[in-house]
Amino acid sequence: MIRFDQVHKRYPNGREALAGVSFTIEAGEMVFLTGHSGAGKSSILKLIALIERPSRGQVIVADQNTAGINSAGVPRFRRQIGVVFQDHKLLHDRPIADNVALPLIIAGVPKREIDKRVRAALDQVGLLGKEQSTPLQLSTGEQQRVGIARAVVGKPQLLIADEPTGNLDPQLAIDIMRLFKRFNDVGVTVVVATHDLHLIDRVGARRIVLSAGRVATAVTDPAMASAATANAAGTGPA
Amino acid sequence: MTLKPWLARHAQTLIGSLGRIMHQPTGALLTMAVIGVALALPLFLTVFLDNSRAATANLNQGFDISVYLKKQAARSRAPALADLWRRRSDVASVRVIPADAALVEFRQRSGFGAALDALTDNPLPDTLVVTPALSASTPKGVAALEQVLTASDDVDTVQVDSAWVNRLTTWLDILRRIVWLAAALLGLAVVLVVGNTIRLDILNRRSEIEVMKLVGATDGFARRPFLYSGVWYGLGGGGIAVSIVAIAIGLLTQPVNNLAGLYGSDFRLHGMTLTAALGVLGIAVTLSWLGSWLAASRHIRAIEPT
Repeated sequence: MIRFDQVHKRYPNGREALAGVSFTIEAGEMVFLTGHSGAGKSSILKLIALIERPSRGQVIVADQNTAGINSAGVPRFRRQIGVVFQDHKLLHDRPIADNVALPLIIAGVPKREIDKRVRAALDQVGLLGKEQSTPLQLSTGEQQRVGIARAVVGKPQLLIADEPTGNLDPQLAIDIMRLFKRFNDVGVTVVVATHDLHLIDRVGARRIVLSAGRVATAVTDPAMASAATANAAGTGPA
Repeated sequence: MTLKPWLARHAQTLIGSLGRIMHQPTGALLTMAVIGVALALPLFLTVFLDNSRAATANLNQGFDISVYLKKQAARSRAPALADLWRRRSDVASVRVIPADAALVEFRQRSGFGAALDALTDNPLPDTLVVTPALSASTPKGVAALEQVLTASDDVDTVQVDSAWVNRLTTWLDILRRIVWLAAALLGLAVVLVVGNTIRLDILNRRSEIEVMKLVGATDGFARRPFLYSGVWYGLGGGGIAVSIVAIAIGLLTQPVNNLAGLYGSDFRLHGMTLTAALGVLGIAVTLSWLGSWLAASRHIRAIEPT
């Protein structure tokens, strides 16, 4: 689903965020990107969502070489990916239903279909009945769930999340992670960037550990390996 | 994508942008007021010019051409020439003043009666007063007609007292050009004002545009609500312009009609035509849309999620 091949990223200010990163994430996998802040987690997610372009190397997402997608093709490309942000990025002047519906409206889905899918997405994150609330009437944890509902409402095959639990207390954080796991269980490829190692230990999944812009280790979660759930095991890059 | 959802979405955006404008009515009203005032001036001047044209429409009498025949021309020439010229398409009417009648009139009016008695014969020629047709009542038309009349063998001199009419029409022509210039400049001002308002609008909603782009919105999609805002600004501004001019005309009608009465004229001030009002609304919407399109295209392209 995702392949990074010797990817370098240097920002205009001269900072080198990625220095030759290579890894592969198979379709249907759930992967944690970890490492200290500044290790390059966010840069990898930005390259996947085409918010940034690599300085060197290849980024292949959903069988498309991102180098071949020009700026006019970016919107259509992004519609295949669900993105969850640490700060939710909700529109505060609109009700929850409108926030969740946004990707569908953009994609030109008919109104009746939108209503149905928005309710389904809100149901999946446990927020059914909150359609007409505004984001500020909800707690931080609930706002993050709205963000997730918006990310999955378009039924993407790939879900990426940048520090989705950064602002949440541990119990809410684990709830959110389980939510991601549930989407993974139904076949969605999930990539979560987080520095919360404690949390990762509680949700079994492969990790890609970054350090100073390089892949330090790409290991299969030991617990997962012992449980012998083969779908994730053995797919890490050598 | 079928047509119906597309239409529904546009309608939704249209109403949505109106809702957002209603949400901050002061700023929107100020923008509309600026558009209104800017467009009211050329609209008012246009109405003024229309009225001037109407008021001067019967000025073809000002172009009356006096044709003096040669003294030796036969008596019968005057009516004959009159008949001939009446048949011309650029002539409205021809009045014949025979030399005898002219003398009688001159005697009565001038007070030179005694002096005239001393003359043995009538010094005045037969005269024809030619009024050009309305279509020929332009400096050019009259000049052409004058040439034709002069060419006749029996004609001594031709006199046109059209200098003041020429000056008036020239003034009106200059004024018309000034109105066009003013309209062009003020139209440009409308584009700039709306462009600036939309620019601020976009900057205020920067994060919203970023989010839209993150979930796959094209520039066109993000731009659409701002274009509709521009349409609303234009409609509001155009409405204000039409109202201002309607009020101005209302205030002027009575005094102008009084003035016309004092001159013994039955001239009446014409209001705005429906065409002019609708035209101004259309121009306001077009300019405003153009301003928002320019601003939105530029600034939305520049906003990229980080």
